[in-house]
Amino acid sequence: MDMLELKGSRLVVHLPEEVDHHSTEDIRRSVDELVERQPVEEVEFDFSRTAFMDSAGIGMLLGRYKVMRALNGRIMVSHIDRQIRRILSMSGIQKFIQM
Amino acid sequence: MKNEMTLAFDSISENEGFARVAVAAFATQLNPTLEEVADIRTAVSEAVTNAIIHGYPDGVHTVVIRAILSEETLELWVTDEGVGMEDVKQAMEPLYTSRPELERSGMGFMFMEAFMDQVEVQSAPGVGTTVYMKKKIGRGAAEQEG
Repeated sequence: MDMLELKGSRLVVHLPEEVDHHSTEDIRRSVDELVERQPVEEVEFDFSRTAFMDSAGIGMLLGRYKVMRALNGRIMVSHIDRQIRRILSMSGIQKFIQM
Repeated sequence: MKNEMTLAFDSISENEGFARVAVAAFATQLNPTLEEVADIRTAVSEAVTNAIIHGYPDGVHTVVIRAILSEETLELWVTDEGVGMEDVKQAMEPLYTSRPELERSGMGFMFMEAFMDQVEVQSAPGVGTTVYMKKKIGRGAAEQEG
């Protein structure tokens, strides 16, 4: 499955199994390139396949929040498990992101 | 029982996953809970990523992890011989990052401190950095909580 799936004005990002410093550079580049070219209103980060995320993932999400806010758009997360929820909660990022 | 291991690897981002899986596998000898395994993986990932990004901003060098299991405790030392830090206290402040252009969240030390019982950092400019972390796991943690 491709990482990016465009459904109308919604971009679904199918995140990899591990969201860390190594994988986030590619995610960030791919998402930013696409939202610059296409009229995207919402980016959904789908954690269905993800079993691990650390603070690099939080940095990547906050960065995409800023990019989408500048485009008058928003971001959301979906299919988060207990470990991912714990990391998201501790970061305080749920103030900005629909869970 | 005391058991010690040392792991030395190149400071490339591909090794972040390898390092956290290797340490978590070593720690399984203490029968950790799933949550404790997740805690260890996250803490190792944060320390190793810091060594790769901040310790060695230029070129590929060596990151060393030393781990000791004794009784019900895991002790870890994550060491780089990189640029080091002048101000450790500032680096450990939540949301502080020296590399905002890399979209670092500044939450690495916050996660290490949340997931481990003890975190100590020794660093000197031009010498490098060692992050020491300690965590009671398995039966030891259960006894500690009473």
